[in-house]
Amino acid sequence: MTAHVQTSRVSETQERTVSVWQDRVRIRVLSKGRGPALVFFHGPWGLTWDPFLDELAQSFSVLAPAHPGTTPDAHDDIYHLDGLWDLVLCYDELLEALGIRDAAFVGHSFGGMVACELAAAYPDRARRLALIAPLGFWRDPDRIINWMLLEPGELRRQIFRDPECDAARRMFPRSDEQDSSATAARVRMVWAMGTTGKFIWPIPDKGLKKRIHRVKAPTLLVWGKEDRLVPPVYADEFVGRLSDARVQTVADTGHAPHLEQPATVARTVREFLSQ
Amino acid sequence: MKISAFHLMPHRELPADFERRYESVWVTPPWWELADARRVGQYYNWTLDELSYAAKCGFDGVCTNEHHQNAYGFMPSPNLMGSVLARATNGTNVAIVQMGATLPTSNPPLRVAEEYAMLDCISGGRLVAGLPLGSPMDVNLCYGITPMEHRERYREAFALTLKAWQAREIFSWNGRYFQLATVNLWPRPIQEPHPPVWVPGSGSISTFDFAVEHDVCYCFLSYSGARSAKTMMDAYWRVVAEKGRDLNPYRAGFLQLVVVAENDARAEEKFAGHVEYFYHKCLHVPGVWFSPPGNQDYRSLVATMANPVRRAENPKNLRYRDFVEKGYVIAGSPATVRDRLKEEVINGLHVGNLMVLLQIGSMPHELALENIELFGREVLPGLRDFWDDAGWVNHWWPERLRQPAAPVAAGLAAGGA
Repeated sequence: MTAHVQTSRVSETQERTVSVWQDRVRIRVLSKGRGPALVFFHGPWGLTWDPFLDELAQSFSVLAPAHPGTTPDAHDDIYHLDGLWDLVLCYDELLEALGIRDAAFVGHSFGGMVACELAAAYPDRARRLALIAPLGFWRDPDRIINWMLLEPGELRRQIFRDPECDAARRMFPRSDEQDSSATAARVRMVWAMGTTGKFIWPIPDKGLKKRIHRVKAPTLLVWGKEDRLVPPVYADEFVGRLSDARVQTVADTGHAPHLEQPATVARTVREFLSQ
Repeated sequence: MKISAFHLMPHRELPADFERRYESVWVTPPWWELADARRVGQYYNWTLDELSYAAKCGFDGVCTNEHHQNAYGFMPSPNLMGSVLARATNGTNVAIVQMGATLPTSNPPLRVAEEYAMLDCISGGRLVAGLPLGSPMDVNLCYGITPMEHRERYREAFALTLKAWQAREIFSWNGRYFQLATVNLWPRPIQEPHPPVWVPGSGSISTFDFAVEHDVCYCFLSYSGARSAKTMMDAYWRVVAEKGRDLNPYRAGFLQLVVVAENDARAEEKFAGHVEYFYHKCLHVPGVWFSPPGNQDYRSLVATMANPVRRAENPKNLRYRDFVEKGYVIAGSPATVRDRLKEEVINGLHVGNLMVLLQIGSMPHELALENIELFGREVLPGLRDFWDDAGWVNHWWPERLRQPAAPVAAGLAAGGA
């Protein structure tokens, strides 16, 4: 395997781009903090360094890779991956390139599913798992809304309990005036949904139920009590199949509890990972 | 010119408050509330009768197309319709234009190659092979194909289909999406090396490139008329020129809605309600469904977001006179219709293969027949020789049908289907 590491410095957050998959897939990794390694897998709306990651960086060396295709200027790299197996192998190569033998995995939504898949494929790589509203299962009576088919305003209302909260404003910048940064944000979000959607369309159950028993890591499931996209009842699917898992629900939050209440969720996650 | 009659096979009797009561005409309209199988059987038969009638009225071709889970146009299998039409038009010079079976939803796509070969055999070599990508509603939402894989699957299926028609030897196909160890198509089409290929599109840059690279006819299926298509079609012809192809107008097809009556006022009287039904109900689909994330490649996504080609005008705010004025529908007396088609569509967009939609929305059978008959009798003859003097050959039309059609026998009247 070949991997190239370039490093640049943007404020306090480190940024580097790692090439994996025979140099066909470039992955930007944001990092910050000191302590044991923690890998954060972002959700379907792209990677931004947020207050939640800042909180985690106080106790951990946080590494946040951008899912394939979402790294700037590497959009078409996504076409080199055909399915979930390719994606999991890709992340194994990334950890190898970063020199990480094992780490705490934290993932949100789609990223929670990726973290869990990675922990099932490589049980010794995950020391502890913290999954925030992860995907991976499907229950007919509790259909998961396909967020890729929602108009932006409706999407915002589905993700956040309070669509007017700061995190919602950051994710959906005002676009009523001719503002190129709002357009760029919308492009980034749509492309992030498309590239992550490649691995879960049209139903985000790609066989985790056959593999999840391989996970060895103690697992914390964090769920927003008012998650409208992936209802909290999905936590049962994980808890019922993992040997060591517990659920923490967060009041007054939707599908992104770590964005709506970063301090609360970071504290819960930090405590769990430090045990 | 080659002028074909296009049909969508719409639901003709949706409730008056349909677009207020239901989310969408596509994907989610509830069958049990809105339709009745016996009545729908009547729609299919009317559709076949209307297209057969068009064949008798002097049209050069009859077009069917594939869509799923909707009330806008529900021929999930255009080839079932096409085979009836092929049989019904045997002995004529009418082309069977399949616009057509959708490659990415056929698995393996050889099924399309086989059925088209059957149609070509049954029709005696009169098939035009439309090879559409399929709409995102059909392919991504109804048939579960990942948006990001839609175009890749299409390109692979397209290459496989063309090879399967032509290969002299048995071959293996070890593709990304399709693996077939022994490809040996039975039957093969009559037309050699293969039936003419049309690629329908709705203005995506990557489809222009694809059509020109493969030297096929690009068909712009627009409901917004020639004026709003002008920018798009000009861009297409620029790509044609850049890639060193000739500007043969038969490289382009265009779909136009048309209603024709004794005079302009009569046209409004007869057709206004049906035109409004079409634009208000049959196109009632959430905008984002037309382009789910990943369906457009990154380049097209950036282009669309930064500079939407046309600020989508909500057709629900428009009425019959707006649709006519803007050219969404070309309507009026035979002379009005002929002149506008010539000026705006044929000459304006440089189009050799014209398709006209003559049964529109709720238009009942008898009225559709009148529209077809009058167009065939009074409009079509005035357009047919438009490109003749320029000497272009329509390479995208069945070879044995390329000569101009003989005049239609006199005395054919509406209602004779």
